[in-house]
Amino acid sequence: MAILQIKNLHVTVETEQGTKEILKGVDLTIRSGESHAIMGPNGSGKSTLAYTIAGHPKYTVTEGEILLDGEDVLEMSVDERARAGLFLAMQYPVEIPGVSVSNFLRTAKTAITGEAPALRTWIKDVRGAMDALKMDSTFTERNVNEGFSGGEKKRHEILQLELLKPKFAVLDETDSGLDVDALKIVSEGVNRAKEANDFGLLLITHYTRILKYIKPDFVHVFVAGKIAEQGGPELADRLEAEGYDRYVKA
Amino acid sequence: MTTSNATVPAQHGMAEHSHGAGVPIQIRSARLRSADVADFGPVSRVEEQYRYITSERLAGLDADTLDEYIGDISIKHPEGVTTAWVGSDHPAFGGAGLPEDRPSAAAWGSAEQAYLVTIPGDAKPDCEVQIGINSETTTPSALHVIIDAKPFSRGTVILDHKGSAVLGENVEIIVGDEAEITVISIQDWDTEAVHNSAQFAKLGRNSKLRHMVVSLGGKTLRVSTSAEFTATGGDVELLGMYFADAGQYIENRLYVDHAVPNCKSRVTYKGALQGDKAHTVWVGDVLIRMAAEGTDTYELNRNLLLTDGARADSVPNLEIETGKIEGAGHASASGRFDDEQLFYLQARGINEREARGLVVRGFLNEIIQKIGNEEIESRLSASIEAELERSGS
Ligand SMILES: Nc1ncnc2c1ncn2[C@@H]1O[C@H](COP(=O)(O)OP(=O)(O)OP(=O)(O)O)[C@@H](O)[C@H]1O
Ligand SMILES: [Mg+2]
Repeated sequence: MAILQIKNLHVTVETEQGTKEILKGVDLTIRSGESHAIMGPNGSGKSTLAYTIAGHPKYTVTEGEILLDGEDVLEMSVDERARAGLFLAMQYPVEIPGVSVSNFLRTAKTAITGEAPALRTWIKDVRGAMDALKMDSTFTERNVNEGFSGGEKKRHEILQLELLKPKFAVLDETDSGLDVDALKIVSEGVNRAKEANDFGLLLITHYTRILKYIKPDFVHVFVAGKIAEQGGPELADRLEAEGYDRYVKA
Repeated sequence: MTTSNATVPAQHGMAEHSHGAGVPIQIRSARLRSADVADFGPVSRVEEQYRYITSERLAGLDADTLDEYIGDISIKHPEGVTTAWVGSDHPAFGGAGLPEDRPSAAAWGSAEQAYLVTIPGDAKPDCEVQIGINSETTTPSALHVIIDAKPFSRGTVILDHKGSAVLGENVEIIVGDEAEITVISIQDWDTEAVHNSAQFAKLGRNSKLRHMVVSLGGKTLRVSTSAEFTATGGDVELLGMYFADAGQYIENRLYVDHAVPNCKSRVTYKGALQGDKAHTVWVGDVLIRMAAEGTDTYELNRNLLLTDGARADSVPNLEIETGKIEGAGHASASGRFDDEQLFYLQARGINEREARGLVVRGFLNEIIQKIGNEEIESRLSASIEAELERSGS
């Protein structure tokens, strides 16, 4: 049983107008096996939270802490965090010219587990996961995210989630830009990975439609840099009906 | 009319554009061509061809006369290919071009004989010729190589430069009608070597040339490559890859002369720079003359600066004298290492050093993969590995 604790997290970013505080005291605890959904208006700081957990250098933590099984995550470099079991499926995955997907996946797997995977089982694992995500096998020969469609990029993120087997996964709008079929396939991928590895999930989304496939245990409403309300799955339905007006005005 | 338009595609991490003067300093076709070194003035910044290089850098290669190259030339070739030393009275001598600057002219006049490699018309695509230039001298010397690819021939010629040298070189590449040839020039010298190489290609009807310049080791490496179409249907691909370390100077000058209709050219050069005073220069001149209707050309140069203190100059020049073309464009960008790529890889557990290596290899691989020769590809990958190792990234 692993536990990820975010306590009173304050985060700033440098802008041309000076330092700007984006996260204003976030408290959140996620345990293995739990699914948490975060919903909130554009610009409220959801991606900032995701990036800060992963350790993006652009964001500065001014107050608060992030603990993974009691270990200080903020002290770790980006790659140390990943090796400690944190995974971020990015809202906008970047292209890496000249680096093939197969090379990238093998390198990442080797880095995470500390040893190169046995070739035969690895190839089988990759192929199996790709088949399940309905990704063409030729993707392994292509360069990472280069020329991938929006939906293909998202599938590629979930492929990594399945193969790298983290303790905690943050999915930043993985459902955005997916057509109905892809949404189902990707959601099933997340559920499959979760079943296999029992990770704790933090799902950032704007839409309740993904919550039909991935059932959240908790729903958090994120407004102006912090969690404004928490509840169960029924909260998502209310948000869909009413929007964020009541929080924004409050 | 002379126009020049720049298209710099937005690209992540390619923020620092060092776009040189978009307007050619002189009409490219008007530049002096001569086999006589006396026709050329001294190497000086006021002339476009020496805008970045200094006489000091050339270490004597800009003198009036050089020694004749006496180093080792090794050759490996299949049956049917012939080699010979020929004098300047031989019809192939000067068959592909004439010097356009002082160091090239000095080498031209100083090499009494040229090493002529003839690829017969019946040569098949697997015909591979390896010319190893293995020098041990440090006196400024001159070498002249001629590759005569007969009409309809196929094959690959690899010029492999190693050792220590102060070498002025001219390489002529005659691509006969309907021939399809690959020429790869590798500069993998010892760290103190100085090398000025002028490579001239002349393309016949419906011929294809894939030319590649790989510059790795050496103190000063200056390679000027020109391609001239003499009949319709020609297709030239000029590829280049370089990796400059601290204190190293690597200059690549390209000139594609579209003088006849319906020819195609692609120029793609990529370089990585690492360390204090690593300096690279790329100048890409493309001229589309009035008669060259239906021309299709695109040139690209990208530089990846891995550390502070390195400098990449990138100057594309496109001169277009007719509007009746298929397409003409250029892109040039020099940028710092992309931190977003680094973050993405690190977020997958890959440590910074390894992530940098992946990105650099990936960046240059795009060129390496185009060679289509596994042996060379793996050798170059190993060289890049060594470069990365050396600079501790
Ligand atoms: N580098 C930056 N410079 C300036 N402002 C920034 C920077 N990074 C984030 N911000 C600002 O911080 C705020 C929060 O951004 P963030 O991307 O976290 O929002 P979000 O909740 O993920 O929004 P969305 O739903 O649109 O994805 C926004 O107002 C954004 O403009
Ligand atoms: Mg976001």
